[in-house]
Amino acid sequence: MTITDSHDAALTAEQAEARERIYALPLESLDPANEAHYPSGDIHWVFERLRAEDPVHFTAAEHSEYGHYWSLTKWDDIRAADTNPKDFSANGIITLARPVPESMTEEEMEAQRRQGITSLLSMDPPDHEIHRGAVSEAVAPANLAAMEPLIRERAGAILDGLPIGQEFDWVDKVSIELTAMTLATLFDYPQEQRRKLTWWSDVITSAPGPGRAVENQEDRVVAMNEFFDTFNDMFTRRQSEEPRVDFLSLLAHSPHATDFTDRELFGDGIVLLVGGNDTTRNTITGSVYALSKNPTENAKLRANPALIPSMVSETIRWQTPLTHMTRRTTRDVEINGKIIPKGDRVAMWYVSGNRDEDKIQNAASYIIDRKNPRQHLSFGFGIHRCLGNKLAELQLRIIWEEMLARFPEINVIGEPVRSHSSFIKGYESMTVVIPRRN
Amino acid sequence: MEVTFVLQDKTTRTVEAEPGWKLMEVAVDNAVPGIDGDCGGEAACATCHVYVSPQWREATGERTSDEQAMLDNTFGVREDSRLCCQITTDEELDGLIVEVVGS
Repeated sequence: MTITDSHDAALTAEQAEARERIYALPLESLDPANEAHYPSGDIHWVFERLRAEDPVHFTAAEHSEYGHYWSLTKWDDIRAADTNPKDFSANGIITLARPVPESMTEEEMEAQRRQGITSLLSMDPPDHEIHRGAVSEAVAPANLAAMEPLIRERAGAILDGLPIGQEFDWVDKVSIELTAMTLATLFDYPQEQRRKLTWWSDVITSAPGPGRAVENQEDRVVAMNEFFDTFNDMFTRRQSEEPRVDFLSLLAHSPHATDFTDRELFGDGIVLLVGGNDTTRNTITGSVYALSKNPTENAKLRANPALIPSMVSETIRWQTPLTHMTRRTTRDVEINGKIIPKGDRVAMWYVSGNRDEDKIQNAASYIIDRKNPRQHLSFGFGIHRCLGNKLAELQLRIIWEEMLARFPEINVIGEPVRSHSSFIKGYESMTVVIPRRN
Repeated sequence: MEVTFVLQDKTTRTVEAEPGWKLMEVAVDNAVPGIDGDCGGEAACATCHVYVSPQWREATGERTSDEQAMLDNTFGVREDSRLCCQITTDEELDGLIVEVVGS
């Protein structure tokens, strides 16, 4: 199995073989949402080929377990769709990660909306602004400045507790720990139960199955209900308490709070939970991995810690922790020469746009001091752009400042175990050894 | 021509600008802190948010519709808020003063 997704160096025999295999497939059979492409890193060959041969790609239902859908793979097309909420509606489901009906009428879309959850991420204006506006203060600059010392103290404590000279799992001991603590603060949830937040998020984002967060669909429903009940209890309690700047208190004290439905609150809870969990966690792990695979870049960083913010942005681009978001067309829309019929689903593959050579030079390479490291698609563009982007960058910056102050090297042992998901691009585990302290 | 950015720490930074550029580009080229310009100037990220001084409001024009949509979803928005990627430098804006909001 090929593992690395950096193909700047000469390809290994396995990578060359994987690439050849992808290029030999009939074009119309390519299904970028197929989870099997992800743990191996083969997905980059799928997108490399689509960008060159069929940038606006249609996958028919017979080739996909998610029903038929369109893929946008070029930077400019993704940007155009993401900044056009009128023609590309977020209303409904915003990932491909579950089977849905072939195509939908407006009535069916509305029915689905009523049955399923809805959230600030899956709303169009004007509801979107109300929900986003309600919670945004928690991650506004003033609150982030207040959180910085807390995050730094926690990062330091986590790093000081790591074993020296012994193998351990970086994902569990560092990436999950730090992000779970931050999440617990944002939700004002008991710190000692913070891993529960991580677990709920994992349940939500992964399909049930052996070795997954939950084994089967029934357990999944139980877990989701437990999160919903907990979230609801907290919301109700916040209503009778003084306003604070955690997500739940902000929702509970919003001037629109009485209009919020249970389904909307649940949806907002899910989005805020998942948004603050996998993304930053996998980028922290990704930064350690990418630097270990690119010794020249690692040396640059260690010689000049002022490069940390630029390295953080480059890692967010290179990792692209959320591979895509989906939209549904509200009319027949022409994009890059193809007409996408009204009501079809469109996946905006950020993970592909971030490797588009027409926009980013040497896009496959990890270069921590590239010219415009902040120009990437990982946060999305337009009104749904990541709400917590500055908090993500803050956590990444702080953990690296604290790491550089403590450890002269961090060695990745073997290859990490990658997530089996076409939505979350991340790592289940990654073994490392820290040989010594500074 | 010159433009002045009032930074978040209330210090000021006055820089030389050529006419015909996006004000965001002038800021990024001069490494003005708090102006990131992530989306490259498409009014799609709100990382170049500024407040425009009263005397410059008219000369800098009206918000565009894309800009308005982003400002509806941004922190700290006021009546004098603009995304400075939607302001183009010209000689009439010589001496322009804007306050960096940060994002």
